[in-house]
Amino acid sequence: MKEIRIHGRGGQGSVTAAELLAVAAFEDGKYSQAFPAFGVERRGAPVQAFTRISDSPIRLRSQIYEPDYVIVLDPTLLEVVEVASGAKDDGTILINSEFPPDKFKLDTKANIMTVDATKIALDVIGRPIVNTVLLGAFAGATGEINPESIKDAVKERFPGKVGENNAMAIQKAYGIITGANV
Amino acid sequence: MAAQEVDKKKMVVVEGSYAVAHSVKVCKPNVISAYPITPQTHIVENLSQFMADGEMPDCEYINVESEFSALSALVGSSAVGARTYSATTSQGLELMHEVLFNVSGMRLPVVMTIANRAVSAPINIWNDHQDSISQRDTGWIQLYAEDTQEAADMTAQAYKIAEDKDVLLPVMVCMDGYILSHVYEPVVLLEQDLVDEYLPRFAPEFILDPKNPMTFGAFAAPSTYTEFRYLQERAMGVALKKIEDAANKFNEIFGRYHGGLIDEYETEDAEIIIMAIGSLIGTIKDVIDARRSKGEKIGLLKIRSFRPFPVEAIRKALKNAKVIVTLDKNISIGLNEGALCTETKACLHNTNIDVPVIGYTVGLGGRDIPIRTIENIIDQAKEVMSSGITVESQFTDLREDLI
Repeated sequence: MKEIRIHGRGGQGSVTAAELLAVAAFEDGKYSQAFPAFGVERRGAPVQAFTRISDSPIRLRSQIYEPDYVIVLDPTLLEVVEVASGAKDDGTILINSEFPPDKFKLDTKANIMTVDATKIALDVIGRPIVNTVLLGAFAGATGEINPESIKDAVKERFPGKVGENNAMAIQKAYGIITGANV
Repeated sequence: MAAQEVDKKKMVVVEGSYAVAHSVKVCKPNVISAYPITPQTHIVENLSQFMADGEMPDCEYINVESEFSALSALVGSSAVGARTYSATTSQGLELMHEVLFNVSGMRLPVVMTIANRAVSAPINIWNDHQDSISQRDTGWIQLYAEDTQEAADMTAQAYKIAEDKDVLLPVMVCMDGYILSHVYEPVVLLEQDLVDEYLPRFAPEFILDPKNPMTFGAFAAPSTYTEFRYLQERAMGVALKKIEDAANKFNEIFGRYHGGLIDEYETEDAEIIIMAIGSLIGTIKDVIDARRSKGEKIGLLKIRSFRPFPVEAIRKALKNAKVIVTLDKNISIGLNEGALCTETKACLHNTNIDVPVIGYTVGLGGRDIPIRTIENIIDQAKEVMSSGITVESQFTDLREDLI
């Protein structure tokens, strides 16, 4: 089983990202589970969401304390939240940032990766909505999920132009992180 | 496993609230009353969407001004022969308290989802079972779901049980707020044709009808009141069998079974049996598998039906255990025990089953229950097995820094 923790701020789509990841993983033939750790929801407050992906049905209902993967939608969270908390030594922490990974001094042995999701979102979608972009980067960085499944999940959730633009942004992030030509 | 693979092809990943709302839709209620309260709101929002999309042509959707009104509206609707539905939680359910007795006393088979949540004060929107457990004596059948599939399936079962002419009691389908209401996981949405086969039309023998005037819930003097209460109790007794029947019939038609009154997991040779209710069940199963692989004889007794309380089934399941652990997401302040602890002890008294019962209050107000908590409780139960009981019931994972 792989456990993913997503950090964002209220309104950035962390919970949606966790859900889309679960939908995409199931599309890939896995079992999945996504759930939020709601505070009293308000825009801008730090929020967490979780996704589990497994080959067998998932029964565990606790929150995720030792994630294989951490996704950070908003780099300003690093000043207020210990995003690396419990991250597995062989895990990956994927941060939305214009800076290279070595800029981030986190107390973890996990691999730190960055992707400038805000720029990709602004370029492709025209708005700084980074949740789907980071899912594309996640697919490229970890190989845990087929990027096509993520694009399908996004297009189903957001039909029409919005979904199409998001799918393009996902592909771009996937390409950048895997070094493929885009 | 084979059935699981078949189901997987039919599964979709949706929110628990959507799965339940879909189940309600295919059960074809005639009247839904709705008043929003977190974390139940997504259920009635989805139903509202189905209404707006014309998917529920034979249904009236009533927006009301409080939970008291929500249930009162269903009293009238159910009495004229409508299949009825509402959903609520926490303070909303507590506000319904007076009406809950009316619904049951008038023998109206209302079905209501409870997205279980803690009660105020202090205000807390997260999950525990204090809200529904506090309504235990209102004469409602109370069923608790382990996962979203069970919550969805249990909704259809609830109508079948409630509307049985030998039962005619309302049912609360309880699912853990957030943990199940807001989780996305694979689920089979109930198929309309199978539900039509499973659930007959609601055709009550007695209804309010101007052409054939009748009185419901009227005055009962000391000369008759006791018998009304006795008949409610007798109907609960009948429900014990009907809950099992509804689960078996569901299995026959849909190919899924989540237990009847109870469900047992690895209890056969278990020395320690953990009793629990709701979404915590899955986490416990994972811990039991890990402990079993080390040769530890631990089992789980899931309580699906809290009312009627399945006394005989519980006695039978527990008879060979050496220690029984009860986990409660509720507490009776002043007794320092949750309801499952108290009632389990009571049902073993006056029998020849003499085994220690230790109770833990867990997960209040959404406090997460990690694997570690279950592990600690099992370790304590092992100590009780070797050196006897020291503490009968206690709070778990208390933060001493706050006390």
